[in-house]
Amino acid sequence: MLDKEGIAKRIAKEVKDGYYVNLGIGIPTLVANFVRDDIEVEFQSENGILGMGPFPIEGEEDADLINAGKQTITALPGASFFDSAMSFGMIRGQHVDLTILGAMEVAENGDIANWKIPGKMVKGMGGAMDLVASAENIIVAMMHTNKAGASKLLKKCSLPLTGVACVTKIVTNLAVIEVTKDGFKLLERAPGVSVEDIKKATEGKLLVEGDIPEMEI
Amino acid sequence: MIKKTVANVKDALQGVEDGMTFMLGGFGLSGIPENAISELVRLNVKNLTCISNNAGVDDFGLGLLLQKKQIDKMISSYVGENDEFERQMLSEELEVELIPQGTLAARCQAAQQGFPAIYTPAGYGTEVSQFKETREFDGKMYVLERAFKANFAFVKAWKGDKAGNLIFKGTARNFNPLMCGAAKITVAEVEELVEPGELDPNQIHIPGIFVQRIFEGKNYEKRIEKRTVRKVS
Repeated sequence: MLDKEGIAKRIAKEVKDGYYVNLGIGIPTLVANFVRDDIEVEFQSENGILGMGPFPIEGEEDADLINAGKQTITALPGASFFDSAMSFGMIRGQHVDLTILGAMEVAENGDIANWKIPGKMVKGMGGAMDLVASAENIIVAMMHTNKAGASKLLKKCSLPLTGVACVTKIVTNLAVIEVTKDGFKLLERAPGVSVEDIKKATEGKLLVEGDIPEMEI
Repeated sequence: MIKKTVANVKDALQGVEDGMTFMLGGFGLSGIPENAISELVRLNVKNLTCISNNAGVDDFGLGLLLQKKQIDKMISSYVGENDEFERQMLSEELEVELIPQGTLAARCQAAQQGFPAIYTPAGYGTEVSQFKETREFDGKMYVLERAFKANFAFVKAWKGDKAGNLIFKGTARNFNPLMCGAAKITVAEVEELVEPGELDPNQIHIPGIFVQRIFEGKNYEKRIEKRTVRKVS
């Protein structure tokens, strides 16, 4: 079974040379730490920077330089700043190659819910609805089950949706799963996790074809 | 040169009244119009509708207006960092319209540029698109979103000149340029106000035509919401 860092490490392998990538808050933010350093990748943060770098060293934090999670960051050589309309123009216009975000629930048809628990938690969708409505390549990073042990990979989402039929891949602490028109297709198992374990933790339709390899991280 | 300068924040907010709709720039606490917000608190105008991506934190930014219950309605995309906001929202003292961040930007820009509405794919099939007109273009579904209407836009820039031309810094740019000219009156506060001719016209982000009033702000706190640093290796 993977921890959050492990999920981020596995997703980092999906980041290819020449990609512009948008990372969501939480596990997705960690992905930047594990991308191979022999490929050229630029990170976009939807509040208005392309070419986002690591956190600043102490004393160099700048209130005018933050990411979408409101954390202080740096700008790498070749970076650019822009307003929010241009930022979402990049996203809506499908110029960003890969979007990685967290979720509370994903349905077997690729629906995603990650912005609201009615009556309990209302933080807002931020840029998530724009991202999932436009991006062609959307990877969800999340734990396979919630804190109560219930599956987050469902037949149908129970929470208010963020987007419809949009998720392409899911990486959890247990598995790598592709969303197909026939349901969740199991691609890889996390180290020490059996196909049975994954079946038990998946409420939606799980397609298992042939031998399922263990992830290489 | 058409001069846009006003002496201070008090003059800049002339005409602000109860019940008005305001646009306020900023993302999180970055690039917020700190001086205008302080003056709105001092004026104690009430029953406001505020269009702003976030709602500040409990003791800074728009949180200051929330503490004094000056806001009736917020239109935002993300409000997660503010306990008082969440309390007022869940108890229904405060009306909240949450909309996608890109839609918020597009509705500001539409108002600025004279479009009555725009189509966006964001929110299609979710509760955001309920009761809204939808339409198919080339096999994909889109939601019709209206341009905002507001009485005042309060924006913050890094540098400006007396003609109202503005330059923003870093990610403090965010929604600020899009709100310029998107309300009946745009009030720009800047960290540094210079004479016309001192800013390179090639570097201007927002031409002065979109700004009605400009002043040099004071005592910027520029608070950092989440200070994150790395160790030097």
